[in-house]
Amino acid sequence: MNHSRSVRARGLAAVGVSAALLLAACGGGGGSGGNENPGAQSSQAGFNAGSTSVVNPSDKKGGTLKFANEGDWDTLDPGETYYAYSWNFARLYGRSLMMFKSAPGKEGNQLVPDLAEAPGQASDNAKTWTYKLRKGVKFDDGTEVTSADVKYAVLRSTDKQTFPNGPAYWDALLNLPSGYKGPYKSPNMNTDSAIETPDESTIVFHLKQPFAAFDYLGQQPDTMPVPKDKDTGAKYRNSIVSTGPYKFADLQPGKSFNLVRNDQWDPATDPNRKALPDRIEVSLNVNADDIDNRIISGDLDVAVTALGVQPAAQSRVLQDPTLKENADNPLGVRLWYTSINPTVPPLNNIECRKAVEYAMDRTSYQTAYGGQFAGGDLATTILPPSVPGYQAYDLYPDGQDHKGDLDAAKKSLEACGQPNGFQTNIAYRSERPKEKATAEAFQQALARVGIQLTLKPYPQGDYFAQYAGLPPYVVKNKLGLALNGWAADWPDGFGFLSQIVDSRVIRPAGGSSNMSVRIPEVDQMLDKALTELDTDKRNQDWGAIDKRVMEEAVIYPGVYSKSLLVRSKNATNIFVTDAYGEYDYLGLGAQK
Amino acid sequence: MTTSALRDLVIRHPGQAAQEPFLEVVDLSVHFPTDDGLVKSVDGLSFALDRGRTLGIVGESGSGKSVTSLAIMGLHTRPASEQTRPGAQLSGEIYLEGEDLLAKSPEYVRSLRGKRMAMIFQDPLSAMNPYYTVGHQIIEAYRIHNPVNKKVARKHAIDLLGRVGIPEPSQRIDAYPHQFSGGMRQRAMIAMALSCDPDLLIADEPTTALDVTVQAQILDLIRDLQSEFNSSVILITHDLGVVAELADDVLVMYAGRAMEYGSADQLFNRPAHPYTWGLLGSMPRFDRKKSERLLAIKGTPPSLINVPPGCPFHPRCSYAARNNGRSEEVRPELAPVEPGHTVACHLIQIEREQIWEHEIAPKL
Amino acid sequence: MFAYIVRRLLWSVVLLSVLSVVVFSIFYLIPLVGGATPETLAGRYVGRAATPETVHLTAERLGLLDPVPVQYWHWLKGVFVGAEYDYGSGVEHCPAPCLGYSFITKQPVWPELLDRAPVTISLVVGASLIWLIAGVSVGVISALRRGTVFDRGAMGVALAGVSLPIFFTGLIALAFFSYRLRITAPGGTFVPFSESPGRWAYSLLLPWITLAFLFAAQYARLTRAGMLETMTEDYIRTARAKGLPERTVILRHGLRGALTPVLTIFGLDVGLLLGGAVITEKTFSLNGLGKYAYDGIVSNDLPKILGVTLVAGFFVIIANLVVDLLYGVIDPRVRLE
Repeated sequence: MNHSRSVRARGLAAVGVSAALLLAACGGGGGSGGNENPGAQSSQAGFNAGSTSVVNPSDKKGGTLKFANEGDWDTLDPGETYYAYSWNFARLYGRSLMMFKSAPGKEGNQLVPDLAEAPGQASDNAKTWTYKLRKGVKFDDGTEVTSADVKYAVLRSTDKQTFPNGPAYWDALLNLPSGYKGPYKSPNMNTDSAIETPDESTIVFHLKQPFAAFDYLGQQPDTMPVPKDKDTGAKYRNSIVSTGPYKFADLQPGKSFNLVRNDQWDPATDPNRKALPDRIEVSLNVNADDIDNRIISGDLDVAVTALGVQPAAQSRVLQDPTLKENADNPLGVRLWYTSINPTVPPLNNIECRKAVEYAMDRTSYQTAYGGQFAGGDLATTILPPSVPGYQAYDLYPDGQDHKGDLDAAKKSLEACGQPNGFQTNIAYRSERPKEKATAEAFQQALARVGIQLTLKPYPQGDYFAQYAGLPPYVVKNKLGLALNGWAADWPDGFGFLSQIVDSRVIRPAGGSSNMSVRIPEVDQMLDKALTELDTDKRNQDWGAIDKRVMEEAVIYPGVYSKSLLVRSKNATNIFVTDAYGEYDYLGLGAQK
Repeated sequence: MTTSALRDLVIRHPGQAAQEPFLEVVDLSVHFPTDDGLVKSVDGLSFALDRGRTLGIVGESGSGKSVTSLAIMGLHTRPASEQTRPGAQLSGEIYLEGEDLLAKSPEYVRSLRGKRMAMIFQDPLSAMNPYYTVGHQIIEAYRIHNPVNKKVARKHAIDLLGRVGIPEPSQRIDAYPHQFSGGMRQRAMIAMALSCDPDLLIADEPTTALDVTVQAQILDLIRDLQSEFNSSVILITHDLGVVAELADDVLVMYAGRAMEYGSADQLFNRPAHPYTWGLLGSMPRFDRKKSERLLAIKGTPPSLINVPPGCPFHPRCSYAARNNGRSEEVRPELAPVEPGHTVACHLIQIEREQIWEHEIAPKL
Repeated sequence: MFAYIVRRLLWSVVLLSVLSVVVFSIFYLIPLVGGATPETLAGRYVGRAATPETVHLTAERLGLLDPVPVQYWHWLKGVFVGAEYDYGSGVEHCPAPCLGYSFITKQPVWPELLDRAPVTISLVVGASLIWLIAGVSVGVISALRRGTVFDRGAMGVALAGVSLPIFFTGLIALAFFSYRLRITAPGGTFVPFSESPGRWAYSLLLPWITLAFLFAAQYARLTRAGMLETMTEDYIRTARAKGLPERTVILRHGLRGALTPVLTIFGLDVGLLLGGAVITEKTFSLNGLGKYAYDGIVSNDLPKILGVTLVAGFFVIIANLVVDLLYGVIDPRVRLE
């Protein structure tokens, strides 16, 4: 008697809880459109309309946009920040020499001059580049921007002791004097061998080797000018001087900051920006699920990191037609792939590697990463479709259903002398459930032709430095396959390929993302492409490199990454830019 | 037993006019339903008590002495907040100066508690709240029945503490129960019980937890206070020595029933029940020869769920066989032995006297 | 008594030092045992384009090249005397107590701790009062109505309260009350008490209730058990024998005894929570000590972790001391004379 009564009471409690859950689940923005923000316009533009067109177009100025970040910026300092979303966002408070055009889709991939009047002028076989700066551009304190400020900005970014997090292209390419430690530690060294400023609006870069795609280097935020007398080194991130249409206000490190209009920004000097909202409020370290709920309910406008909604919101968005209409599924500039290491026998034989290419079930790779919306599109090339130079081809067709061509795989196995398959290990990052799922998918798919895989998880922090990226370790521990991924610093062949197919970036001490590609011909092709000044021809060169690498079967492309984003109820001019694979933060306006 | 019949049995002081007894318990039964069965803690008990007199209730553990006193105080009626389990079942009448307490509302009885009838308990350490000072607890008892301010109540409490023999009462009033010695603690509890000048004081084993020397002091104190306040006292104990010291009248209980009832003089000099003989025999006495053994009562106290039929004492009685089976079948009722002295036993009086004179008394 | 307090406080200082040594060791010695070098440790704090030179420079800047005891010594010195921080274009003096600069955000840790402490304190103070009152009330009623529908229901809800994780109840509560019904503040809002007491309470209402739900359950059960025990004590019978009304018996005599363990546990719970209600703060995006600890742990940021651990340790130690002292107040039988 007693027992059943308490069981009943517990049962009642459980029912109560489930009821609450149901209420909450049904409640969150479902079919009851009438309860939503009465004033907001819901854009009925349809699913993924933002990837190719502008949703809610408007020229109305004013209003406030609310951004949130589930973590914190690596840094707001344009000289050191290294995340795509940050480069996207930095254009609001800084002007670099060049910038990606604020336009939807492929048009967003175009480089247009920002601080510069025109694209760079090459000379000396693409080793010297000259830019002329626009006149009348000012810092937010009223001082005029000169070429010396741009030079200073670039030089300070080369101080890797103060700014260890940023990209290292300038360090590698600029012809800096030996022993130069940056403007703080080597203030009196003459750096004209690297950058010259013949007059206040001209800047000349001298490189150590040809680099035909220099304009891409010029769009990096580290070319945004920094006034030397206001530079506080590692602390500059808290007191950035703006050259863009907005400047910082109320910056509370780790908590929040606001961008308000920069009254010193002159639209006449800036044909690229509309600067519609009056105010942008950014909250940091907000719970990720909370962010999704708030965007859906209209309390928040943008999840700034653009990594896509959390799994909880994902199912909601995909299953609810009203929510799905308001979502976009942009293609990122990222490939999830697996390295096939030719240093681990029997994968030193190209036919064995081809067997892996044929045998794998690509759809399970996609499922492991979250399916076609949250994971990505099936990949057969290294360059994603959004990168100029991409050519669609499939060297190792995996069947109509893309689950693998087992006959071709078996033929390849015979050709490499392993008709019954072989045994090897597959490495992945233990903190990433998607990688684990992919490794398991490999295990299952390849077992169909007798290739036995053993899973080897490693901690993500040291994955490249100590384990899968350390060549001797790979050989010793027979890591034939290793899960990998790459997001380009910018969408062109160099940005995408150089770090993952150039054999010269592989260090015996480890740490490189390139684990498996050691093709001397490819190295030469890379160098040659960097001397090709014609952009279209150069893009074709990148495409050729892509194919050449794939011919070696040292990379198994998995999926071109996609993310699921929800549009803001309040924002206008919502569109995806292919440059970042995110909503273009420069174009957004606000209704209120 | 009817009330008038009972009245006839009530002990009277020689020379005292017939009057209403102060406390009259008539056919009281207290039964507790438990999972194992109905526990008959008190089963048809009757007795009476006059003003200013002391009644000692004697018996072994489980005889029903405490249950009786709690029934008088109305402490078996569980408060409304605890009506979730079945509680005690009471029947009979308890007349306090003519009013049947069992027929009154629990609120009414509560108003009498502490004021007209008070109780002190066996273990003063556990019976007092360790978190409040002694003074606080006395003042609390006083103020619930007397609407006075704290200062007046405090003075009264200090007086009481002094009256019960606690030195430096104005300082000790702010001490906690654990800071008193055993005897002082019991005195404090007596002070608490007497704070409202009750007409009836029930002392449940007041000296059992104390040293012998302190025992005597406490008993003296009770006697003094009784004569000073003219209160009636019910003294519950298993210790005949205490009874001899203090009681005017004695009630011997066994298995929830009265076995023998009479004045102290009658009971000690002319005990009539085999159980009483056993109690007297098992009392260690200074004036007995050491080599002689104590007279133990054979057997163990009975289960109150399955009380032996007939005379509850018969399994342990050395003389039950003399009744030709009546002891096993018929429950003996209290019957007079001499004026003011009743006993519940099937033995005929002559036999009893004989056994007493020849077998029992010489051994005591 | 005074000597006792002083002794305990001195002992706390020792404990905190030991705590700092332990955290330091865990952070450095264990990876060293696992084969890490200063470079691999520094590798956590550089970007993905870092060259070996950058990694080495970072290791140097963060002091990772010194032996661990030397690093500890520098840190300890900073706590008492202050330290200098080279931020590239200049040097900043970090006044005592200098708990270091975050490896990731390059911000000084101590001011950040001071800044975040009020959030955690606000959260804990409000929630603890709610759960104490709610939990004890429900516990008392449950004890007195043992076996009734109320009792079974209350204990059932209590079971849900201790079983449901707060990141679950918190998110559901936010989704329902803040975004759907719009009657409570959304996550991530916190208004300091000094700014507006009314908005401060409003911004914390949902976190308070959600956190209290978790603990009230425990306290209801504890109070109920305590009440059931004290109500069978002899002094309850005495209280009734004095003629006290039943309500006085329950509240002044019964509850008083039952509260002793409740209050001691309360003190310890509050002490622990003050060190960081990590999951609550993360769920509601409150910038308190718990979230700070979480951010530090996730990004391997030693100065942050060390700072928060010491603050948390401090709160726990003080809470223990207060509880020990209060014990004498609550229970007269254990007073130190």
